[in-house]
Amino acid sequence: MANEGPALRERLEEIRRRGVAAFESAESQEALEAARIEFLGRGGLVSRAMSDLKALPAEEKPATGQAGNRVKKALEALLEVRSAAIAAAESGETDEVTDLTLPGRRTWQGGVHPVTRVIDEVCEIFREIGFTIATGPEIESDWHNFTSLNIPLDHPAADMHDTFYLDQGVLLRTHTSPVQARIMLEHDPPVRVLAPGLVFRRDPWDASHAPAFEQIEGLAVDEGIDFVEFRAAIDFFVHRFFGTGTRTRFRPSYFPFTEPSAEVDVTCFLCEGSGCSTCKGTGWVEIMGSGMVNPAVFEAVGYDSERFTGYAFGMGPARIALLRYRIPDIRLLYEGDAAFLEQFC
Amino acid sequence: MDVSVNWLRALVPGLEGSAQELADRISLGAIPVDRVIPVGDDLAGIVIARVTEARPHPNADRLTLCRVDAGTGEPIDVVCGAPNVEEGALYPYVAPGQELPGGFRIESRKIRGEMSHGMLCSEKELELGRDAGGIMKLEGNFEPGASFASAMSLPDARLELDLTPNRIDLACHAGVARELAPEGGTGVVLTEFPGPGWEPVWIDGRTGAESNGVSIRIADADRCFRYLGAIIRGVRVGPSPAWLQARLRGAGARPINNVVDATNYILLESNQPLHAFDLEKLAGSEIQVRAARAGEELRTLDGEKHVLTPACTVIADEDGAVALAGVMGGQESEVSPETVDLLIECAAFDPTHTRHTAAETGLATDASYRFERGIDEVGLEAALTRCVQLILAIAGGEADTEGIRVGGLPPSLAVAELRPERVRQVLGLDLSSARIEELLSPLGFGLRSDGTRELLRFDVPGWRGDVRTESDLLEEVARRHGYDAFPSEPRSFRPSSVPDAPDHERGDRVRRFFAGEGFLEARSLPFVTERRSAVDRIPLLRPLSRAEGFLRTDLASVLLSRVEHNWLRGRRSVRLFEVGTAFGSRSPRPEAPPADPSPDERDAANPFAEERRFAFVITGDRSPDHWGGSASEVDLWDLKGIVEQLAETFDLGPVAPFAGRVDECQRPFGWGMWLHDEAFEVGDGECLAGIAGRVDSRALDAPPWASPVFAGEFRLGAVQVADRRRFEPLPQYPAVARDLAFTLASTVPASEVESAIRLAAPPLLSNLQLFDVYEGEGVEEGRRSLAWRLVFRAPDRTLTDGEVDEAMTAILRRLEADFDVRIRAS
Repeated sequence: MANEGPALRERLEEIRRRGVAAFESAESQEALEAARIEFLGRGGLVSRAMSDLKALPAEEKPATGQAGNRVKKALEALLEVRSAAIAAAESGETDEVTDLTLPGRRTWQGGVHPVTRVIDEVCEIFREIGFTIATGPEIESDWHNFTSLNIPLDHPAADMHDTFYLDQGVLLRTHTSPVQARIMLEHDPPVRVLAPGLVFRRDPWDASHAPAFEQIEGLAVDEGIDFVEFRAAIDFFVHRFFGTGTRTRFRPSYFPFTEPSAEVDVTCFLCEGSGCSTCKGTGWVEIMGSGMVNPAVFEAVGYDSERFTGYAFGMGPARIALLRYRIPDIRLLYEGDAAFLEQFC
Repeated sequence: MDVSVNWLRALVPGLEGSAQELADRISLGAIPVDRVIPVGDDLAGIVIARVTEARPHPNADRLTLCRVDAGTGEPIDVVCGAPNVEEGALYPYVAPGQELPGGFRIESRKIRGEMSHGMLCSEKELELGRDAGGIMKLEGNFEPGASFASAMSLPDARLELDLTPNRIDLACHAGVARELAPEGGTGVVLTEFPGPGWEPVWIDGRTGAESNGVSIRIADADRCFRYLGAIIRGVRVGPSPAWLQARLRGAGARPINNVVDATNYILLESNQPLHAFDLEKLAGSEIQVRAARAGEELRTLDGEKHVLTPACTVIADEDGAVALAGVMGGQESEVSPETVDLLIECAAFDPTHTRHTAAETGLATDASYRFERGIDEVGLEAALTRCVQLILAIAGGEADTEGIRVGGLPPSLAVAELRPERVRQVLGLDLSSARIEELLSPLGFGLRSDGTRELLRFDVPGWRGDVRTESDLLEEVARRHGYDAFPSEPRSFRPSSVPDAPDHERGDRVRRFFAGEGFLEARSLPFVTERRSAVDRIPLLRPLSRAEGFLRTDLASVLLSRVEHNWLRGRRSVRLFEVGTAFGSRSPRPEAPPADPSPDERDAANPFAEERRFAFVITGDRSPDHWGGSASEVDLWDLKGIVEQLAETFDLGPVAPFAGRVDECQRPFGWGMWLHDEAFEVGDGECLAGIAGRVDSRALDAPPWASPVFAGEFRLGAVQVADRRRFEPLPQYPAVARDLAFTLASTVPASEVESAIRLAAPPLLSNLQLFDVYEGEGVEEGRRSLAWRLVFRAPDRTLTDGEVDEAMTAILRRLEADFDVRIRAS
C-alpha cells in the first residue's frame, strides 16, 4: 500500500482547509466552540486522522506525523486569534480603530544651558587628571584681579581688560585668574584646580561680544611640573573634548601671569582643518590662553618659586559653545529664550 | 602694525620662504600675524607715463584731455577725470589691451566725443591703497615707459601683526627681521645710505646743553630721560627717492617729503620715534621739555587745537609749546617745502607721562604707542645718527659736527641670568650652555664672560625692555626652541590638596533637579535696569547703557524680565531656572583698608557682598497642549509642590506661609515682587533659605493673554551637600487604611490639624494624607470639611481592628479637644 501515506497527508490538508473555513466563518463564541469540537476535539477530525497514522508503514510515519502536527498547530493558532477577535467584537471595541500616528502626551522638556554642558564636560575631563573644582568671588579687589597676577595697574597690559569698577579699587573681575591667587593663598601645593565662572569686560554687545561671559581657569602647581607635562595635559584635554583626531598648536603669546605664555590652537572642528569661515580659512581655532606660572605670581602668594612650578590656562566655554553648536550670535546665550534653550535639552 | 616683506628681505640677507611661510614663522615663534596681504601682484600692464599736455575737455567740466608720453615714441591721447592731473608730472598708466589688477581690461573708447587711449590710475585702482581722490602722482626721476611695478619695488606683501603689549620691539622691521634671522647667519643688516655720513661730537649735559646757538634743556627729568638733538642746515625739502617711498608704502605709510619720510623710515626700521623741527620757526635759542601750563594751547600737525593741562608734557620754545612730547609735533614748527635748517629730536620720554599726554589730548600716534610701551634708550645715538645720514643723503645740507645730548650717556645694558638647570626644571629640556647661546644670540642677547656653566649671564639688547628676569629668558629659549618642538609626555601627578568647592556641587544638584522637573536653565547677565533694581542697588561706575546700569540684588527679578522676553515672542508657558550670583552692599559699610593692605584686609574692606543663589519662574500650562484635552494652568499648588520637593530634596527646612517679616535676611529676595498672601518662606535657620510665591502682576509687563507667574529664589548655600539618606526596612506586614472626614472652622490651618493628628497617633500611623477639602453646600457657613486618609502599620505584626479603632479614638478625642470638629464620616 505504497500510497497510503500521501493519501493521509492529502486528507489532513483537506481537514485544514475545512477547519480554516469553519473557524473564519464562526461569528460567535458558541459557533467557534462547535467548530473547535468538530476539528480539534478529542474525537475530532484531526485526532482521528492522527490515529490512522498507526496503520502506516514505518517509513511513511515521520513525514505524515509532522504534517498532522502542522495542521493541528495552525488550527489551534487560528482558533486563538478568532476567539480574541470575537471577544473584542462582542465587547464592541474593534469598531473604533485607534490611530496610532497621533502624537503622544508629553511633559515639558527641561535641560541645562549649552554653556553649562560645555563647562560640565571640561570639568569631567580635567577631573580625570586630578583636578578639583574651585570658585571665587565675582567682585574683586584690583589687587587680586591685577596686581597679584603681575599686571601693573598703570600699564598698557591692563588695557587688555576694560574694567567695570564699582568703587575705588573694587571691580567686577575681568578674568577667572584671581581665583588662582585665592587658592594659593589658602592651600599649599599640590594644587590642581579648575575654576569656572562669570567674568566681566566693558565690551558693548554684538554678535560675538557680551559685557559678561563665562571663563574656565585652570591651575596646576607642584614640584616637577614642566612645559612637557603642560603640553601633555592640554593635549589630553583637547583629544578628549574635541576628538582624538584633533591636533594642537602652541603659539607664543603674552599674559603677565604666565611665562612662557602660549595661545593654544586646535585644528578647526568644523572644517577639520581644511579652512572655513569659523577658522578664517586658517584651519585652526584658538581655544585658550595658557602658560607656565610666572614666578612673580608665586612670590605674590608666598609660594617658593624655586621649588614649585606650574601651569595655568583660561578658556571660554561660551565661545566654545557657540562654535560647537554653531550658534551665530552670543546674545542668544543670555536672552533666556525658551525656544532657544529647548534645543539643548 | 604692518610690515613689508620686501623690507624684511632687505634686512635679512638670504631670507628664504614665501610671504605666507614667513608669516607662519612669525606666528609660531613670536606674535600673531592676522593677515598676509599681497601688494601689487598684477601690475605687469602698468607703466610710468608723463603728462606732456593737459587742457580742459570741450564737452565736460570735470574731464581733462591729456597728451601722454608712455615711452612709445608716439604721444597718446588720454581723457582723465582726476582733479589733480598736472602737466609735466608722472603717473601710472594702463595702455589699451592691458588690464588693471582684478582683471579689468582697458580699451580705447570715446568719452564725451573725445578718444581716450588708456587710463591714468589712482592708488585704489591699482589696489595699492585707499586713495581714490586723484591719480597717483609719482615723485622721482623715472623714464616714461618704465615698468611701474619695478619702479615701486613691487610686488610686495604686507603682514598685519597683532602686537602683544610686551613685544614693542616687534613694531619695527628690524625687530621682526631679528625673529626671522637664521641661527649662525649674519643677523640683521641695515641698508647703508650713500653720502657723507655723520659722526657727531656729543655736547653733554645732565639737564641742559648748548651747541652753535641752540640750547636744549630737560626741565623735568621724570618726564624725559634723555634728549638728543642734531642740527642740519641748508636742506632741500622735496619728494623722497623712489626706493624710500616704496619702503614706506610697503609698510602702509604715506610719503610726505624727504625730511619727514626719513624720520618715519627710521621709526619703521628701528622703532625710534624722531621729530624734525623747522629750526627757523623756533623762537629764542632754547627749547625745553617741561609740563604744559594749565590752559596752554598748541595746534598739532593734524590741525587740531588742544588746550593743555599740566598732565601733558611738551617741548616748548621761548613762546610756548611747540610739540606734544612723544605724541605729535606742532603745526607751527612743522617742516615745509621752504624749510632750510632742521633740528632733529631723538628722545626717550617717560612711558606713563606719554600715556597721560596722549590721553589728555585724545591722540594715539605711532610715537605715543611706542613711548608708552618703552623704547630702546640705548639705541638713541644710533637712531639719530642714522636719521641724519639719511637726510643728508636724500635732502642734502650739512650737519653740525656737534650733537646735543641732554640727560647723560646711554644707560648700560641690562643683564639677565639663566641657569641651564632651571631650563630643565621649567621647560623639561636638557640644553647645553652652548645651545642656549645659539638660540638667544640671533635675538641680540650677548653671552657675557662673567658667568659660569651653571649660571649664564646675558647682556640684554636695549630694545628688549621686556626681558629682565630668568623667566623672561626661559620664554625666549622656549620660543626659539619652538613650542611645537616640545614633546607632550603625561607625567604622574599628586592629587590636589584643594577640596571641591561645595557651591559647585550644589549648583550641579540644583541643575539636575530643575532639568528633571521640566525647567530650562537660563544664564542671564547680572546687569539690570533701574526698574528691576532694589533700593540698595549697586550702580556700575561706568555702565555700558542705562538698561544695564546696575548689578542685580536678586535672581528672580532678572528671570521675570526673561519671562517678559518670552512673552514678547508670543510664548505663554515658560519654566526657567538659574544658578547665579546676587549682589548687595555691606551694612554698615566697612572701614577703608589700611595703607598697603594684605589680601585679607582688602577683602574685609570690600563694601559689597555677593551670594550664590538659585531661582526659578513658572507660568502658563502644566503640560504642553495635547489633542486629548487641553492642559490646565499652573497654580499656587503647583508652586508649593515644587517648593516642598525642593525643601525635601535639599534639606532646606520647613515650608511655611510667608510671615511678611522685613529683615536683613529676607530683603535680598526680590523684595516687593511677591504677593504676600500667596507666598511661602522656607527654612528654619537664622536666615531664610528662600522665598517663593505668586508674583505681583504690577512687577510684570504682561500681555493680556499671560497666565499668573510664580517664582522662587533660594540661597545656594542652604542646599545640603551631605547625603543623609539611610535605608528604612521595607514593611513586612499589611497596612490598614481608614478615612476620616470632619468639619471645623475654616480659619484653622490644615497644618495645625495635621500636627494634632500626628501628635495624637501612636507610632502605628505610617502615612497621613489630606485628600479632600470642601466648603459650600451641606457644610455650615464659616466651616469647611477636611477628609484625611490614615494608614496604620506595625513593623512586627498584622494590626487588629481593635488596635486601629483605639488609635482612631485617640485621634478623634484629640481633635475634639483642640478644635471644634464635627465628624462627617469615618
